[in-house]
Amino acid sequence: MARFVLRRLLQSAIVLLGVTLVVFLLLQLVPGDPVRVALGTRFDQQTYDALRERSGLDRPLVAQYVSYVSHALTGDLGVSFRSGQPVTTIVLERLPATLSLAVTAVLLALLVAFPLGVLSAVRSGSALDHAARVFSQFGVSVPDFWTGIMGILLFAGVLGWLPPSGYVALTEDPAGWASHVILPATAVGLVTASILTRFIRSSVLEVLSEDYVRTAVAKGLRARVVVVRHVLRNALIPVVTVVAVQLASLVGGVIVIEVLFAWPGVGRLTYDAVQARDYPVLQGAVLFVAALFLLMNLLVDVLYARLDPRIGAR
Amino acid sequence: MSAGSDGTVRRALSALRHDPPAVAGTLVLLLLLVVGLAGRWLAPAGTNDVDVEKMLRPPSLDHPFGTDELGRDVLSRVLAAARVSLEVGLVSVGIALLVGVTVGLLAGWYRGWVDNVLMRGMDVLFAFPVLLLAVAIVAVLGPGLVTAMVAIGVVYTPIFARVTRAGVLSVREQVFVRAAVSIGASDARIIRRHVLPNIAAPLIVQTSLSLAFAILSEAALSFLGLGVQPPAPAWGRMLYDGRGFVTEAWWLGVFPGAAIFLTVLAFNLVGDALRDVLDPRQLTVSEARRSRA
Repeated sequence: MARFVLRRLLQSAIVLLGVTLVVFLLLQLVPGDPVRVALGTRFDQQTYDALRERSGLDRPLVAQYVSYVSHALTGDLGVSFRSGQPVTTIVLERLPATLSLAVTAVLLALLVAFPLGVLSAVRSGSALDHAARVFSQFGVSVPDFWTGIMGILLFAGVLGWLPPSGYVALTEDPAGWASHVILPATAVGLVTASILTRFIRSSVLEVLSEDYVRTAVAKGLRARVVVVRHVLRNALIPVVTVVAVQLASLVGGVIVIEVLFAWPGVGRLTYDAVQARDYPVLQGAVLFVAALFLLMNLLVDVLYARLDPRIGAR
Repeated sequence: MSAGSDGTVRRALSALRHDPPAVAGTLVLLLLLVVGLAGRWLAPAGTNDVDVEKMLRPPSLDHPFGTDELGRDVLSRVLAAARVSLEVGLVSVGIALLVGVTVGLLAGWYRGWVDNVLMRGMDVLFAFPVLLLAVAIVAVLGPGLVTAMVAIGVVYTPIFARVTRAGVLSVREQVFVRAAVSIGASDARIIRRHVLPNIAAPLIVQTSLSLAFAILSEAALSFLGLGVQPPAPAWGRMLYDGRGFVTEAWWLGVFPGAAIFLTVLAFNLVGDALRDVLDPRQLTVSEARRSRA
């Protein structure tokens, strides 16, 4: 197990180094001088020189990369071209909003996917199973931002029950937060629920065909006991990891929903940085999310190895 | 064409014929192809014919999908945007297929340091959430149709590289490949004649499923204003432009979104049917990304 964790740590460190290289090279891909592009047409030489020096762009490329990585390792992702604030501070300020949206979306998804996936597998071939499969097929095909727009149309426009967009911090006003999060979280959660329903269904189906389940049925255990005690316990191991990876991917993957609902998270920050050509913020947000994504995947692998010792022993 | 790929194509066609959802998906895709090729002749009006006197008109016989905030005919724009979505989907998946298959072939065939270097590169690309990387690439290269195609192509390359490498690793151990090596056939010939036809099945499935996700990604980029630039119509951009009016003009939100949904659903239905027959063990793009633990 320790060797497995160490190997995964090393692999993740190598990939993370590659991620820093890709993120660093993004700035080099900007056609022309990124500082000039960021400043627009109205600026003086002094401002230009100061910003160029502050962002380290006056140094050779290799020196810039080494400096970028060494600073990133200490949590310094540079300063915003626009506000002059540290990028790390800006990203961390936006993280709670994104996390609250992503966690709510995954919880809503589980609320639907868990019973639907399990029942669909236990009653395989039934009308419910067919309905679950149609739901998951439709869910993975629908763009989350379209679901969001339809939600705004129905619940904000026609019924007037929910606000069409905006954000209230959970710590300030839980009820206000809940009324604002429900539409974006449902839009994202629908796609997640479809994916999880498929996984849970196939995972439960696989365990249902195992010999020990047949034995449990043969010795006269009630169906509910067989499902709860023998099937779910084993079927949910891969599901736990899928849920965690799903959560990780949502942290960086809800840009469109955050833009649609004016949700001030990391995705919205990325979008604003693109619009303002604030390249250090764009780089910082992308690196932060990719690093978080890697870390979550690493934790998932370790968790999986812990839940299923065969993985760690390989 | 070798017997291997002949059989694959036959099984693929059979899968599409005998699965009702796949038949429906194929019909929608054929319809989309016709609309994509002949959209401008089928459209009842010009895609950019502004008429301020007809702003935000609800669906009627004159304008079956209504008009937008500039009085343009929504149906004509939805039809014209089909071509954009298809173009972006096909070209970006084509890029991913070409680069990914080349990388996967080299990594799987030569193994060793070539494999290590190439696949670690793919791991790096795989470490980014898909849309985030696409947004970053488009942001630095500048928004537009071509950069959207390149960005989506780049983010879907690793999945093709992995699928190809896995196939090559399995095929290279087969007796017929070892026989070809022993009689002195060149690497290029073995790969072309023996390896590629035998890994065609998972690649066909992956291509079909990736087209669905590429079209979704293009719609998302367009929604963010990073895809096709106005006044050219794109489904995602139409949704973005219409979102401010959606409570008073529901048709601006419903029809472009329904077009994306139907197209993606059709590709998914066809892809799933192909997967069930050709490669039941293969995961979808999203499943692969989420199950790499």
